[in-house]
Amino acid sequence: MAEDPAASSQRYRLPSLSDRGALVKLAAIGASVVAIALCFAYVGGWLSPGRLGEARFVDRFEEVNGVHPGFRRNHAKGVCIAGSFDSNGQGVRLSKAVVFTPGRVPVTGRFSLAGGHPDVADGPTAVLAMALRFQPPAGQEWRMAMIDIPVFLVKDGEGLYEQLLASQPDPKTGQPDAAKMAAFTAAHPEFLPAMQIVKSTPLPSGFSNATFNGLNAFRFVNASGAATAVRWSMVASEPFTPETPEQGKSPDKNYLFDDLIARVRRSPLQWHLLVTIGPPGDPTSDPTLPWPRDRERVDVGTLTIDKVETEAPGNCRDINFDPLVLPAGIEPSDDPILSARSATYSQSFTRREGETKTPSAVQVPVGKGS
Amino acid sequence: MTMTPHRPFPLFSRILHWAMAVPVLAMLFIGIGMVSSVSAYHQLVVIHKPLGILVLILVAIRLVNRLINPPPPLPDAMPAWQRFAALGSHVLLYALMFAVPIVGWAMLSAARYPVVLYGPLQLPPIMPQNPELFAVLRETHTILALLLFVTFLAHFGAALMHALIFRDEVFPSMTFWRLHERAGMTSSDRDSAAHATATPALAKSE
Repeated sequence: MAEDPAASSQRYRLPSLSDRGALVKLAAIGASVVAIALCFAYVGGWLSPGRLGEARFVDRFEEVNGVHPGFRRNHAKGVCIAGSFDSNGQGVRLSKAVVFTPGRVPVTGRFSLAGGHPDVADGPTAVLAMALRFQPPAGQEWRMAMIDIPVFLVKDGEGLYEQLLASQPDPKTGQPDAAKMAAFTAAHPEFLPAMQIVKSTPLPSGFSNATFNGLNAFRFVNASGAATAVRWSMVASEPFTPETPEQGKSPDKNYLFDDLIARVRRSPLQWHLLVTIGPPGDPTSDPTLPWPRDRERVDVGTLTIDKVETEAPGNCRDINFDPLVLPAGIEPSDDPILSARSATYSQSFTRREGETKTPSAVQVPVGKGS
Repeated sequence: MTMTPHRPFPLFSRILHWAMAVPVLAMLFIGIGMVSSVSAYHQLVVIHKPLGILVLILVAIRLVNRLINPPPPLPDAMPAWQRFAALGSHVLLYALMFAVPIVGWAMLSAARYPVVLYGPLQLPPIMPQNPELFAVLRETHTILALLLFVTFLAHFGAALMHALIFRDEVFPSMTFWRLHERAGMTSSDRDSAAHATATPALAKSE
């Protein structure tokens, strides 16, 4: 009764050319495998070279600024800071985030200048930035990265990607190419009105009296599940003093940072976290549009910065201040810039972490305590 | 214990197989999609992390289940090279289903990204903070994921070969229905099925 084993193993031969039916099936199998591979290639962007992925985005930063191994592709020049946040409990009605319950939370962070050059000289037009990492002991970390201008200049990732190239100074003139800039502003009509707002806002004389704005809208969700659209700012306790033209003539390339270091050593610096409440109808998806000035602002607590240190292994140098590292109770809004920031920060982080590091331009003198 | 001829995989094994097929394939597409679009990045990454941990939990259950409920033997008539390919691809699939999520978790740990699953639920770091380690693990995560995708394609192609060309009992052993009556089944097939139980567990196709 037993079948010939040789005949049974025939089954596992590939079909011969004379077996049309089997060849059709074989082709169908091959086509199915290729179809799945093509779907994968499509999702991965290999079939759409125009799609803006994080690698292309960061390539653009490198194209404009050059590659400075080991440094952030944007906000390359900076210094590490540490301190604490004292929550006054006023935030609890807006968000269930642990950081808003009354009490103290340790904070680390980084002050930096916008731009991709780690050795750029501090100057009067520099955009100042504050990045923070709130670390409640029970987890629920909150990271943010803010700058000292009142609105963002573009409303989506594509806008920022194109702005980088359009506003790149021509090596001959030192100015952006007028034709390129005109094409850019025509394609991104939100840019010029936002620029107008930025230009009409006085710049601070230093980090210590600057107000840092989160710019993007977020959603605060409280314990009963109610959501509120918010934007936030870190408002300096130190009185605002406008920048003076003399400052830019300082022989010290790092005068903004050196002033900051001196001030923190003299006494801790403080900022108030002011949360602006956007009623329904206020734009949340476009960070170039300011909210009306009369919006309710809630002071939810005080940030105290009492330490400043040179970028070094394991401190702020090796942290990605991704604005979408959020605790439960804080959620992203529909602002597309948020996802674009998160993606490009991640790509920049991945590149620099694998590179050989060189010392930062900003060096905090050792031995004097901080 | 009596062997039924050409027994399928135990029901729980089949459920696990298909319950993992969907998230594993979804993870590969989500992973490659999130790094290729800055606008879709965040929505995808918040799915990617918890789904990766789900895959890790499921593959651990699956490995234990495989040891408790061994798969049916491969058809005796299958040539040695195909048996070897089946063994190799299954070892690779299992290894990668463990390695890709573990490397993902480890790389997030080395970079000190919180591993948030949902809301306040998050996992502890499993690596010390280390930039160089992060860079290596990040690269490894991508390479292993691409290898998993290629291995999946081979697995998928081989399954269709068994279903449509070889028309043996391998494909129906993982389905919940009978694809076709195996008219060519013979007593020798039954005998070989009963004798092949000593084959190492991973040698069996699923």
